[in-house]
Amino acid sequence: MLKFPIYLDYSATTPVDPRVAQAMIPWLTEHFGNPASRSHAYGWEAEKAVEDAREQVARLVNADAKEIVWTSGATESNNLAIKGAAQFYKGKGKHIITLKTEHKAVLDTFRELERQGFEATYLDVQENGLVDLSALKDAIRPDTILVSVMFVNNEIGVVQPIAQIGEICREKGIVFHVDAAQATGKVEIDLQTLKVDLMSFSAHKTYGPKGIGALYVRRKPRARLEAQMHGGGHERGLRSGTLATHQIVGMGEAFRIAREEMKTENERVGALRDRLMKGLQDIDATYINGDVEHRVPHNLNISFAYVEGESLIMAIKDVAVSSGSACTSASLEPSYVLRALGRNDELAHSSIRFTIGRFTTEEEVDYTIDLLHKKIGKLRELSPLWEMVQDGVDLDSVQWAAH
Amino acid sequence: MAYSEKVLDHYENPRNVGAFGKEDEGVGTGMVGAPACGDVMKLQIKVGKDGVIEDAKFKTYGCGSAIASSSLVTEWVKGKTVEQALEIKNTQIAEELALPPVKIHCSILAEDAIKAAVADYKKKQG
Repeated sequence: MLKFPIYLDYSATTPVDPRVAQAMIPWLTEHFGNPASRSHAYGWEAEKAVEDAREQVARLVNADAKEIVWTSGATESNNLAIKGAAQFYKGKGKHIITLKTEHKAVLDTFRELERQGFEATYLDVQENGLVDLSALKDAIRPDTILVSVMFVNNEIGVVQPIAQIGEICREKGIVFHVDAAQATGKVEIDLQTLKVDLMSFSAHKTYGPKGIGALYVRRKPRARLEAQMHGGGHERGLRSGTLATHQIVGMGEAFRIAREEMKTENERVGALRDRLMKGLQDIDATYINGDVEHRVPHNLNISFAYVEGESLIMAIKDVAVSSGSACTSASLEPSYVLRALGRNDELAHSSIRFTIGRFTTEEEVDYTIDLLHKKIGKLRELSPLWEMVQDGVDLDSVQWAAH
Repeated sequence: MAYSEKVLDHYENPRNVGAFGKEDEGVGTGMVGAPACGDVMKLQIKVGKDGVIEDAKFKTYGCGSAIASSSLVTEWVKGKTVEQALEIKNTQIAEELALPPVKIHCSILAEDAIKAAVADYKKKQG
């Protein structure tokens, strides 16, 4: 039995795994103590739960629990890491580097630092969405203090060469921050080998609750930060605020499950994604966005030329997906990530991101393939661009009136 | 995007989809918009000897509002003289479809498409 709409937007957020929800509930009702209360058993048991969860988060990424700082999510982790490191090391230099395809939580933080007097470089990516390592090396200046590169891109799912970037940064003594919000449970992360100084995590992309995340802060060699949130000195002064025990327990449980089940889950999800990809590539004039090899197993970003993304999303309303089309964004601009790949605007408007997850079934994938075949046909019947292409017109030769 | 019933109706059941031969007598073709902007409308009118629009066809690449706006104007122009068709304003289209503010440009594009189709028709008449 199919349940509609079919959810294929796991990179936007994931449902909380029922096992995670079960683990969280007692920490809201019976065990409600403040983990910072040192004077009674309510506080002690909450503190133990928080520390157990910290251990689970650390184990997924092969770090020490002492290196994990709780935050409200990856956006806050990115802000704390980037602003905190830039402000701490500003005496050493004022130059910071990131990619044009980063999440807004990184890009907007960089913009804010520019406003504060830092100088930022936003690197182009290659056509496959991956960073060009030689371009990164060339961009490094004597006064570069921070590089921030995401592990996995949220739109196209490509996996950046974090190990190589880490080597480059460590050799130059530059702090390296990685936004890993989309990576946990999808790719192996080993912070004993990766030369990463700061790494951002989110719970809700990995079957945990919204509103909780963490920042990894390396101890050896020690990465230093200036706190962005001041108060009771929680989290060794790096992030004040009463810890949300139930959220933290949820994140710990979610990351435990991710560690234990990642291998089998990625095999299953990857097979479903490949089935979807194969089924959709049968449609004429489709283009996969982003590298197919260096990619997380659950992401398929595909452009259906001559069909506009928002109208396609309306046509396939039985399936919950997202689009790089301008019409689905508040800014009326097509996806900046796809444009950074050098995709023309028309293909950016025509893109759909499918992200598969833990609860996706083969039946759902097959239904989606069938639906897309029907609806793309219908919308192309309606498309003057498709008609022109069928008549042999080269669309690039047409003088369009931009509006 | 929460659309009005009327937009959804035109989107689900677009009226007058198709094409006339561009060179046919009495046919005026207007194409407006750009793929890079996410919408292109092609509106065609077929005008009788008496100057009345007998039939209209459209094809649109764009969002639901763009498709609905062009579908609606094919219905509205039919039975009007070309001069009457030119009096259709984007505000009427936006009002009829209850377009949200971010989609007003779709109704402007539909008005432009009428103007372009009429201009093409007049040019062919000499």
